Amino acid sequence: MSEYNFAYLDEQTKRMIRRAILKGLAVPGYQVPFASREMPMPYGWGTGGVQVTAATLVPSDTLKVIDQGADDTTNAVSIRKFFERTAGVETTEKTAHASIIQTRHRIPEESLTEDQVLVFQVPIPEPLRFLEPSEVETRKMHSLEEYGLMHVKLYEDISRHGHIATSYAYPVKVEGRYVMDPSPIPKFDNPKLGDMAAIQLFGAGREQRIYALPPYTQVVSLDFEDHPFEASKADHACALCGAEHSYLDEVIVDDSGKRMFVCSDTDFCESRRAAGHVGEQAA
Amino acid sequence: MYVAVKGGERAIDNAHAWLAEERRGDPNVAELSVAQIREQLKLAVNRVMAEGSLCDPDLAALAIKQARGDLIEAIFLIRAYRTTLPRFGATAPVDTAQMACDRRISATFKDAPGGQVLGPTFDYTHRLLDFQLAADGEVPDAPVAPPREEATPHITGFLNQEGLIQSEPESDETPPDLTREPLELPAGRPLRLQNLTRGDEGFILGMAYSTQRGYARNHAFVGELRIGTCVLELELPELGFAVEIGEVELTECETMNQFAGSKTEPPQFTRGYGLVFGQSERKAISMALVDRALRWKELGEDDMGAPAQDEEFVLYHSDNIQATGFLEHIKLPHYVDFQAELELVRRLRREAMSSGHQEAAE
Repeated sequence: MSEYNFAYLDEQTKRMIRRAILKGLAVPGYQVPFASREMPMPYGWGTGGVQVTAATLVPSDTLKVIDQGADDTTNAVSIRKFFERTAGVETTEKTAHASIIQTRHRIPEESLTEDQVLVFQVPIPEPLRFLEPSEVETRKMHSLEEYGLMHVKLYEDISRHGHIATSYAYPVKVEGRYVMDPSPIPKFDNPKLGDMAAIQLFGAGREQRIYALPPYTQVVSLDFEDHPFEASKADHACALCGAEHSYLDEVIVDDSGKRMFVCSDTDFCESRRAAGHVGEQAA
Repeated sequence: MYVAVKGGERAIDNAHAWLAEERRGDPNVAELSVAQIREQLKLAVNRVMAEGSLCDPDLAALAIKQARGDLIEAIFLIRAYRTTLPRFGATAPVDTAQMACDRRISATFKDAPGGQVLGPTFDYTHRLLDFQLAADGEVPDAPVAPPREEATPHITGFLNQEGLIQSEPESDETPPDLTREPLELPAGRPLRLQNLTRGDEGFILGMAYSTQRGYARNHAFVGELRIGTCVLELELPELGFAVEIGEVELTECETMNQFAGSKTEPPQFTRGYGLVFGQSERKAISMALVDRALRWKELGEDDMGAPAQDEEFVLYHSDNIQATGFLEHIKLPHYVDFQAELELVRRLRREAMSSGHQEAAE
């Protein structure tokens, strides 16, 4: 792959993306338009995250890529391989060893540090999109801080279901200003967004938007005083490592539909097992 | 008992190997060469170049071969390659009035200078399967006429002399490039045209068809459709003048549409415009119709609420690489989101059922 530049993108393009990232960091939660490039993987498969990672990587970085919390899901493998080939950087599955973590749909269980960057893949960056399909309108709503529609939607959920019926991609407010889509992470992960030591970057390739949360940013999940936000997960412990406070995947294990619950963060689960924690069904 | 989702890497490698084998098909059948695709599947090559926004028949043919004939996949390969190409300049605007036409027809005038030239068209073929082709594709030489030496004038030019067709504002402004700048709305006409010319043929066709069926109807006459080669010129700063660097095959369509006139304009015809790489007639005509429909605002027409009039709707959904990527990504794992939904639905059901029981007891 010597015919491609370090991390695939040419330096001019990376510079353009870095400018968008810096702008995003300067205005936390604001969606910065950027001239997203066609990448050699399809739109919707993480092209935004890949471009942000490509523009952020330096040769001394160690990269971790997860999808659904796991290092070995096929698309995570594919993206990790892409950077192994085009950037030749070191890769790892250990959360603590990574300097850049690209993720789809999860925030690692282990707390991140100031030396780390977390890159999210974002399908629909606009938290108001399903309330208002027009981009022209939603940009106007953000600039006027006109978020009434979102509160009405959440209120209607409560009146209909007794709860806010949003379980992932749960909207947040950043530093009291912009309402932001945290990407389709389960709302279990929402509390980790705020006050995080690491830089969080969000890339939406197809929609041509980048946004960011600098370290220690105030991020509040939208709620009401009498219906406070609640981070939820399956009411089980991990069957392999016994963790009680990690996000769990549900796996169907036999023809009669028996279930088991295991950590979605594979590195977290393996580290716990290596440290001697044992779940109910650990072999 | 728990089968971890390990082995993603090996699964991917094996899938790729199988894919390569499937692409080749039965090894007892001769392999397709890129040159064969380029020469004999030229319209597919043209579409890949047009929607891939890269004029290179050999690369387009290679992409079609690699994509096993899936044209959207081939367009994707070309787009991804195009991203990595450096820009070393921009050619001077192509003068389509100077086109060496292989085909040039007008639906509005029976005859005009330059004549009606059918060229290599399917139009009047009977769509009967030619079983001869299954055995032997050799064809007798087609009759040849001396090429027209002088340029073929645009039909709209004749209407222009009478002021019967709206003249377009002239501008030397460099048109925007949506492959280098994020799409921002409202988009001017040059940006819309760029979006349409690389938009999905099927999508643009459907949008154009909807205008014909009454969703923002604006009856279009094909004033002129021309296909041929145009010279590309590049201004070299060192030389101070433009030099010919090659030629490009284009299809151009100009439509004439009714226009009632407004407070400031007397009744006259208006234009829709389509320009596409290669011989891509269906696309060029569709593009012209959609272009015209999108111009309702500047022409002071009513918003009929039709999809083809909605700039944001058309421009945001025309790109098949964006569309297919996002559509197909839903086959990627979504365990985490689905799990969150599962928990929520279980909880809501539990509560609904227990309150149902309560009501029954009351």
